[in-house]
Amino acid sequence: MPITYTSGEQIEVYRFSFPVTVGVPLLALFLQAYVPRRFPFFSVFDLPLLVTIFFAMARRNPVSGLFTGAAIGLSQDMLGAYPIGINGIAMTVVGYLASSLGAKLDVENAGARLLVTLGFYLVHAAVYFTVARGMVNLTLNWSWSHGVLAGLANAVLGVGLYFMLDKFKQRT
Amino acid sequence: MESVLGRYRNLTILVGVLFLQVLGLAVQVKRGNDADSTRLIRIWAVGAITPFERGLVWAQNGSGNLWHNYFFLRGVRAENRQLKEQIEQMRLKEVRLSEDATQAHRLQSLLAFKEQFIVKTVPAQVIGSSGSDLSRSIYIDRGSNDGLTPDMAVITAGGIVGKVLRVYPSTSLVLMINDQSSGVGGMLEKSRLQGVLRGTANGEVILERVMSDEQVAPGDTVLSSGGDQIFPKGLPVGTVSKVSPGKDMFLNILVRPAADLSRLEEVLVVTEKQEKNAVVDSGGRVRAADILAERLPSVPDKPAVVTPAPGTTPSGAIASSAAGTSVGVKTAIPAGSSTKPEVAGHGLAEHNLVKPVGTGSGTPVASAPTGGNTASLTGAHSVPVATQQPATGQVLKKVVQKAPVGASATGGSGSNGGTGNATGLSPAKPAAPRPKPPTAEPSPQPPPTEDNPH
Repeated sequence: MPITYTSGEQIEVYRFSFPVTVGVPLLALFLQAYVPRRFPFFSVFDLPLLVTIFFAMARRNPVSGLFTGAAIGLSQDMLGAYPIGINGIAMTVVGYLASSLGAKLDVENAGARLLVTLGFYLVHAAVYFTVARGMVNLTLNWSWSHGVLAGLANAVLGVGLYFMLDKFKQRT
Repeated sequence: MESVLGRYRNLTILVGVLFLQVLGLAVQVKRGNDADSTRLIRIWAVGAITPFERGLVWAQNGSGNLWHNYFFLRGVRAENRQLKEQIEQMRLKEVRLSEDATQAHRLQSLLAFKEQFIVKTVPAQVIGSSGSDLSRSIYIDRGSNDGLTPDMAVITAGGIVGKVLRVYPSTSLVLMINDQSSGVGGMLEKSRLQGVLRGTANGEVILERVMSDEQVAPGDTVLSSGGDQIFPKGLPVGTVSKVSPGKDMFLNILVRPAADLSRLEEVLVVTEKQEKNAVVDSGGRVRAADILAERLPSVPDKPAVVTPAPGTTPSGAIASSAAGTSVGVKTAIPAGSSTKPEVAGHGLAEHNLVKPVGTGSGTPVASAPTGGNTASLTGAHSVPVATQQPATGQVLKKVVQKAPVGASATGGSGSNGGTGNATGLSPAKPAAPRPKPPTAEPSPQPPPTEDNPH
């Protein structure tokens, strides 16, 4: 059981049932594909990213975190217009970092979750743009105002979503 | 070595997973984005998601239709939808005709001028999106089973939407024009300045490559230039909403898309285009004297009997006249032509869009069928001298009765053949057959009559 750097106390490592492990990411992918059709503003959110961050931080295991991120990211790529792997790489990095961070810090409270989600949104965007522009040669431009606002929106949604998903946690 | 790997186990796995993905990306990049290397994987992913989306859309539409059609203003909504469809089709035609008229003025003297026409479209319903703010694309419920192929233009009545990027059996991925990786040839309607339309990170559309010394004002209409070989020229793209100096001596022109890209429900996929040479009259421009001569009374050589060519029907049976125009022209449509003249049923069935192309003066193009399956609706820019219009025919009927038999006249059965008795002209009396002089040499004019003051 890992011990946090911040509180020095032992922190819980959680696991999830198989239906939740598979169903929640799939539901997130589906909603991300379907809801913006009805509510265009919803495209600013990135549900698969939030789910990745949640699972990675809850499991606190870097290996499972990076595999979760890779799986969700690659699935998202398969539905998108760009080559498969751009989101996969970005999500893998986020999953690894989120689980590593979760193992070291107590990220159970809302404030920490807000900041962590905002930070990982920007990390994801940075890796995504680096790969897209550097490897795939896509002409993507980064907008700071849009990126930060979208990050904040995702962070706010993430806090609410994490508290909902907390109900599916199972103690190891 | 073993202890190092064990110590940095997590990092090693991370590097390994990243390396594999980078390798996969490199393979895709090397083979091109549309390579078949990932096609199977994408088909699986899309096949897993889209049935649910289709089901939801179907249920949503079903419940909506049940309410609207039976409980809420029964019948009115269907009628309204039908009328809206008609308006959409007419708007498409109107925009196209207007553009073609301008184009015809400028290019009238050019030979071998080519233009693309939208011949057939397939209506499709939007069932989903890529869902990411970084990639702006949508899924439609039509695929290769419906004849869709990559790089087909996707439009609405409002304007262009994007192009088909990937095609699956029953669905397709459409890259919208506000995606950052999309590029559409655009031009300003008034100044004819051309540029490249691209998406921005915020989901907006900008027109690039317009020099900063050009005059561009907010409100200017942007049309497709046809330079991308995907969108036919002259389709509405949007209006300029903001102009500011950009980098490298270019302007930053922000364009508000004509189609509401965030609320797309139904789109049209252009599945068939035709590129034709404009038919320029070999005799040059039509002189006013010729036009007047055309309208003078005459008696045809004999009662026109049209023998339809194989695969065609007598054009007169379906020829539409251009009553009220100053030039006696007509639009004739061969029934056997592969080009359908009207928009067929909308709904779920495929339908065709053919834009009758007007000339610079706004008169319908005289394009008589010459037999065979040659499409009659061409991009002609000059008006071939044709036969009379119904109104003229009635005038002629009266004049023939009043005017002296020896009065010379021109016109008659038409100079381009195959027209027959298509203009509503009453069966001519063969009593006074008279060889028809060429239209370029008007005959002495008869004294004006009350029906024909000219």
